[in-house]
Amino acid sequence: MDKFEAAFNELIEKELKIEPRDWMPEKYREHLIRQVSQHAHSEVIGMQPEGNWLLRAPSLRSKQVLLAKIQDEAGHGLYLYSVAETLGISRQEMVQQLHEGKAKYSSIFNYPTLTWADMGAVGWLVDGAAITNQVSLQRTSYGPYSRGMVRICKEESFHQRQGYEIMMQMAFGTPEQKEMAQDALNRFWFPALMMFGPHDKDSAHSSQAMKWKIKIESNDHLRQKFIDHTVKQIEYLGLKSPDPNMKWNEATGHYDHSPFNWDEFWNVVNGNGPCNQERLDHHKKVHNDNKWVREAAAAYALKTETQVA
Amino acid sequence: MESGDKVWEVFIQKKAGLPFKHAGSVHGYDKKMALQNARDLYTRRGEGRELWVVEASNIVAVPLDEADAFFDPADDKIYRHPTFYNIPDSVGHM
Ligand SMILES: [Fe+2]
Ligand SMILES: [Fe+2]
Repeated sequence: MDKFEAAFNELIEKELKIEPRDWMPEKYREHLIRQVSQHAHSEVIGMQPEGNWLLRAPSLRSKQVLLAKIQDEAGHGLYLYSVAETLGISRQEMVQQLHEGKAKYSSIFNYPTLTWADMGAVGWLVDGAAITNQVSLQRTSYGPYSRGMVRICKEESFHQRQGYEIMMQMAFGTPEQKEMAQDALNRFWFPALMMFGPHDKDSAHSSQAMKWKIKIESNDHLRQKFIDHTVKQIEYLGLKSPDPNMKWNEATGHYDHSPFNWDEFWNVVNGNGPCNQERLDHHKKVHNDNKWVREAAAAYALKTETQVA
Repeated sequence: MESGDKVWEVFIQKKAGLPFKHAGSVHGYDKKMALQNARDLYTRRGEGRELWVVEASNIVAVPLDEADAFFDPADDKIYRHPTFYNIPDSVGHM
């Protein structure tokens, strides 16, 4: 082991941070690039299901809030692309990998948002699950990723609250609204729980990531934390749990849940969810439609910033 | 990278009297666009009153394999620290 590798191991051991120019194992770098670019793509693709409701938001206030939330998600995507760029991959390469289907994004965004209550369920459950994961990632061993997570978590704090506010308005509204709230909860509950990824015993990637302290807490641990936290929020809304087996377990000190439908999860991950094609096509279309803007910006910069020294 | 697209490092001063702090990076084709993108990305909630952007390629850093030798001279000059000197308690705080 040379002195660089020893220095790397010591930083990990002492829970200090690895910085971009430090020596790191190639596998550590590859793992981070894959994880961070997937995280970035999720933030960006995640704007689509919410953008679907921007022009149909029921009030000016709700439209302003939703717009601000979506703008934050764009920012999160950019922070994360920056983090990945410190590891030696360009943003352009990452976008290309997304378009070629080589890079993934969170499969939750391949579900459609059918009613306004879905905007509530997305903010409350999807952002809620993401926040649980991101709070934990603030302690990740890669410095730029950790700093990005701190910034993102600060901004996320309003996302879940605005979602829950919509859920309250719907659940305490007319019987039809309450029904929409229940339906949104039913559709998003299990996909949101599966956002945490496969069970620990089935997750080969994660155990190496935990040794390197890229991940701090395991998938199952974080998922259980989220479930335990969310139950009373469902109760407050007066909605029924989407899971008939969700019961407090005195022995474990946690809520039990039904087995998850991992076949559905993997089916969506592998491209066969309700909106996979639509999400990717839209991203490609916008990227290509905006090509002239990038070309114009490059031509303008060339004209105005050429040095006359 | 797409032609003309550059990465800029972003530094923010939160309040007068505080030092500028590195916030992250941003893409932009020219100075003005880099500044505007940095504003939209890093200061949407009053995080700054001043903003610098510097083309990332203009930053000069110490090569990693020279870092030990480069910073070494700072380690053996303990007389640069106040604790090196013995001053009697009776003269008061110094
Ligand atoms: Fe986000
Ligand atoms: Fe969010």
